[in-house]
Amino acid sequence: MTSFLQQLFNGLVSGSFYALLALGLAVIFGMLRVVNFAHGALYMLGAFGAVVLGDSAGLGFWWALLLVPAALAVAGMAMERLLVQRLTALDPLYNFLLTFGIALVCQDLLRMKYGSHSQPYDHAPFSGTVDLGLFDYPAYQVFVLAVSVAVCVAVWLLLTRTRIGTVVRASTERPELTRAFGIDTRRWVTPVFGFGVALAGLAGVLAAPMRAVNSDMGADLIITVFAVVVIGGLGSVFGSVIAGFAIGMLQALGNLYVPVLSQTSVYLLMAVVLLVRPAGLFGKEEHA
Amino acid sequence: MLEVEGVSARYGEATALDGASLTVGEGEVVTLVGRNGAGKTTLLRCLMGLHRPAAGRIVLAGRDITGLAAHRRARLGLGYVPDDRGIYAGLSVEENLTLPPVAAGSAWPLARVYEAFPVLAARRRFPGGRLSGGEQQMLALARVLRAGARVLLCDEPTEGLAPVAVRQIGEILRGAKEHGVSVLLVEQNLRFATTVADRHYLLAQGRVVEALDNRDVKQREDELLAHLGL
Ligand SMILES: Nc1ncnc2c1ncn2[C@@H]1O[C@H](COP(=O)(O)OP(=O)(O)O)[C@@H](O)[C@H]1O
Ligand SMILES: [Mg+2]
Repeated sequence: MTSFLQQLFNGLVSGSFYALLALGLAVIFGMLRVVNFAHGALYMLGAFGAVVLGDSAGLGFWWALLLVPAALAVAGMAMERLLVQRLTALDPLYNFLLTFGIALVCQDLLRMKYGSHSQPYDHAPFSGTVDLGLFDYPAYQVFVLAVSVAVCVAVWLLLTRTRIGTVVRASTERPELTRAFGIDTRRWVTPVFGFGVALAGLAGVLAAPMRAVNSDMGADLIITVFAVVVIGGLGSVFGSVIAGFAIGMLQALGNLYVPVLSQTSVYLLMAVVLLVRPAGLFGKEEHA
Repeated sequence: MLEVEGVSARYGEATALDGASLTVGEGEVVTLVGRNGAGKTTLLRCLMGLHRPAAGRIVLAGRDITGLAAHRRARLGLGYVPDDRGIYAGLSVEENLTLPPVAAGSAWPLARVYEAFPVLAARRRFPGGRLSGGEQQMLALARVLRAGARVLLCDEPTEGLAPVAVRQIGEILRGAKEHGVSVLLVEQNLRFATTVADRHYLLAQGRVVEALDNRDVKQREDELLAHLGL
């Protein structure tokens, strides 16, 4: 029983990363209809950003948590303005190629500089364990879960309780119509893209103290995250977050009970969901 | 209030509008009739700025808006009620109502909207997708009135509605007219059209081929219905 619960908790922690990354992909896709294939690379840049900030500027984890997502948000907005925006009027395939290319360039640049070895991160904010009643659990992992849940809830409140949120949801559902109601949707596209990228950067910083920081970390993770997004429903913010945590737990339990399936279970689930509900669990069929 | 001069529009190689011209005066309700595929929806989309015309000129309240972005037209007082009603399924009724920024001084305060549309008041927290067709149509009209639209572009608002709902839509349009709002109404129901409109245009193959008044429509009802294929 304890090992079951402990494994479930492990699943929630990996789900924390899936949820943050899927959330960013979902808001970006919703507003821009662009699948950001650079998302995994931006997560990787977030982790490297924390390492570099610690090693060369002596700035610790809390600084990284603040500065790295902010810097990546700016970089993301520049990327949207200068590159992505020029292609949005064309076939979506062009932005697919663009963002995929950006991911490869980022990955190879870091591989050139750091090789493919993992970089140590010596600025973990706390060590030790906390007593969760039935078992002790690493304190940092509990912190990661708490941050992820808090961020997801905050984004949810932002989307449902504020004027900006209403505009973003309206533009996501009916982009063209929203312009006919006097809203300059283009004004919101760049900040939303930057925000989604910042979430990837945040996930990267959170990963630095507990995961191997290397040039492949984003590519490895993002494939699962795309499966998460498809299962939750492309563009569904709620679905992405729920599916993120659910799939984290599914993988962890798979590890425990059916180790052979632990890697494939996500794709099996994705295939089943696509057969039964092509738009994903919480997705809506595209409006014409 | 609204002048349309020789507007043409294409989808790729296909011509949907071929030099359509019409005018709508202040406080006037004008219908646009024409069989399926005549170009009615395309014309409204051109007026709203959602489809770029290949030629022609659009003037709103004396100002040339032909090249203006859609959101700017809305802010100048154009209110769009699209053929699918344009209700956001994922937004609440109140969010649907308050989404368009207020365009002009004639905007309705929310309290007045709820007084005029008690159904919407009762359902203000419902997702828009859960309203009935008639309620959605009311919401679509209330939304543009609240934003202070001075010219409504309504694309077949009575289509598929029960007679009670059609009567309500008629009352709303007549009420708007009394307040000086102009309406360009795409309408296939000729009986209904003559109860709300001052004049009518017949659109065929992307061109306005006839201007009719209410008497013409009543006298030539059979001929017109045959033309519309109804
Ligand atoms: N999105 C589109 N792509 C290509 N052709 C279209 C499109 N929308 C309408 N059309 C064509 O343009 C013509 C006018 O259509 P429309 O404006 O919808 O007519 P109406 O509203 O009077 O039924 C029709 O021949 C229709 O087939
Ligand atoms: Mg039509």
